Amino acid sequence: MLRYLVQRLMATIPVMGVVAIIVFGLIHLSPTDPAAVIAGDYATPAHVAEIREQLQLDRPIPEQFLAWIGQVLSGDLGDSIFSERPVLQLIMARLEPTVSLALMTILVAVTIAVPIGVVAAWQARTLLDRALMLLATLGISVPAFWIGYLLIFSVALDLGWLPVQGYASLSEGLWPFLSHLILPSVTLGTAYAALIARITRASMLEVLGQDFIRTARAKGLPMRKVLIGHALRAAAIPIVTVIGLGFALLIGGVVITESVFAIPGIGRLTVDSIQRKDIPVIQGVLLVFSAVYVIVNLLVDLLYTLLDPRIRYAA
Amino acid sequence: MRSLPRAFRTDAQTSAVKPTGTFATTLSRLWRNPTASFGAALLVLLAGSAVLAPLLALHDPLALVPAERLRAPSHAHLFGTDMLGRDLYARVLHGGRLSLTVGILTAVICSLIGLAIGLVAGFSRLADALIMRVMDGIMAIPGILLAIALATIVGGGVSTIVLAIAVPEIPVVVRVVRGVVLTLREQTYVEAARSLGTRPGRILIRHILPNSLAPLVVQATYICGLAILIEAYLSFLGAGIPPEFPSWGNIMAEGRGFVLIAEWIILIPGAFVAATVLALNLLGDALRDMLDPRTRRTL
Repeated sequence: MLRYLVQRLMATIPVMGVVAIIVFGLIHLSPTDPAAVIAGDYATPAHVAEIREQLQLDRPIPEQFLAWIGQVLSGDLGDSIFSERPVLQLIMARLEPTVSLALMTILVAVTIAVPIGVVAAWQARTLLDRALMLLATLGISVPAFWIGYLLIFSVALDLGWLPVQGYASLSEGLWPFLSHLILPSVTLGTAYAALIARITRASMLEVLGQDFIRTARAKGLPMRKVLIGHALRAAAIPIVTVIGLGFALLIGGVVITESVFAIPGIGRLTVDSIQRKDIPVIQGVLLVFSAVYVIVNLLVDLLYTLLDPRIRYAA
Repeated sequence: MRSLPRAFRTDAQTSAVKPTGTFATTLSRLWRNPTASFGAALLVLLAGSAVLAPLLALHDPLALVPAERLRAPSHAHLFGTDMLGRDLYARVLHGGRLSLTVGILTAVICSLIGLAIGLVAGFSRLADALIMRVMDGIMAIPGILLAIALATIVGGGVSTIVLAIAVPEIPVVVRVVRGVVLTLREQTYVEAARSLGTRPGRILIRHILPNSLAPLVVQATYICGLAILIEAYLSFLGAGIPPEFPSWGNIMAEGRGFVLIAEWIILIPGAFVAATVLALNLLGDALRDMLDPRTRRTL
């Protein structure tokens, strides 16, 4: 187990290395002097020089990269051009809303998607199955903000059941916290849930054709027990994989959802930074989100060994 | 299927190396598939409305009529007007031209670059290791965020936006093509061709390329839909195509500030985006099922 863990951890190093090179290289893709772009249209030459100095843009590129990667590894993601505060500090300050939203979304998406996938597989090729899968395809085709506004108009404004926008911390009470997260997590979770539902159905169908399912049925087990106790467990690995890989979708969607619902999280920070061309912040967010994505998928890999003990021996 | 995380999609796709029959039989099978024909019909309708926009729209999509601003959909303005009094029906039809162009261009660019890199990776073991590390790295960055960063930093016109959307999707194509090459390389008939002294270039064109095309077309269909969706997201976040050109994303981005009093400015173009992406996804699914009998049963 430990060997497997170390092996998997080592495998993430080259991936994160390439991510770092890409993120670092972004600033040099700017067609004009990056310092001038960052400084804005009305900057004085002195201000541009100051930024060039701050980002060390006048040194050779390999040297810049080494200096930058050294900083990053010691936990320094640079300073925001706009607020002049450390990027890491800015991200940490916005962490709570984003983590709450992400966790809530995973919870909502999995609880909706897995049963839908199971039912669709059980009722395969019926009208119900086709309707559910058409719905799932629609779910990955609709722009997230469109769903968000639709929910705001119907549930928040017309019915008045939930708040329109904003965020409430858990310290303000459980209901304010949850009520502010329901619409955003449905918005963000639609595409994610659609994805999970499709894979659940596919994986379940594969398993339902196998002999041990027929045996379980022949023993006289009720369908519900066969589906959940036998089939879903055996079908779990692709489902868990997609929950991990789909996390990228979730991270990207956070940026859009937070801006529709005015949630002061990392997504909102990203959008503000886009408008201000605050490149160090954009780089920092990219780096942090990619690291989180890689770690989530590492955890998914480790989860395999719990779901299927055979994988441990194979490693 | 287009949003299937990139790493996952390819595994299913690499097995899609199956004899495909002629182009004509493929078309006739597609036509008999109800999902595919629905998707195709929807797509033809939407693309037709974009191509024929100058004939179908009675108003100038750019004409400002301040007296008519923020009118709800009516007989005079089928989809209402925006905050500058421009006719939304005309803007949505014309916007479709740009949005569809972005989708098609992205799909073509991804396919060409991905095909080239994938072939190299499949053929050269040395390049393969390096190329696949770089692809893994690109795939570890959430696609929308990478597109946002590229679009913001490089800035500017339609071509940059297309590239920004294309770059995060290229690894998907590379993995599909590489998978095909790796499978085919071991096939007996390729072995035979090689032992007869056929040059690698000829093997590539005669055997590898035709077999890569089918899975490539499936991916291109998904990428086209995804690109239309991401164009909308980029514009919505203020990192998209410059606002003077109407695209579905731009129209919605401009309507953001007025969403509480004029929701149609966002809901109508959004419905066009959703319908187009749905049509492309249905078509992509149908194509994939036809090309890979293994997934036909399940997905």
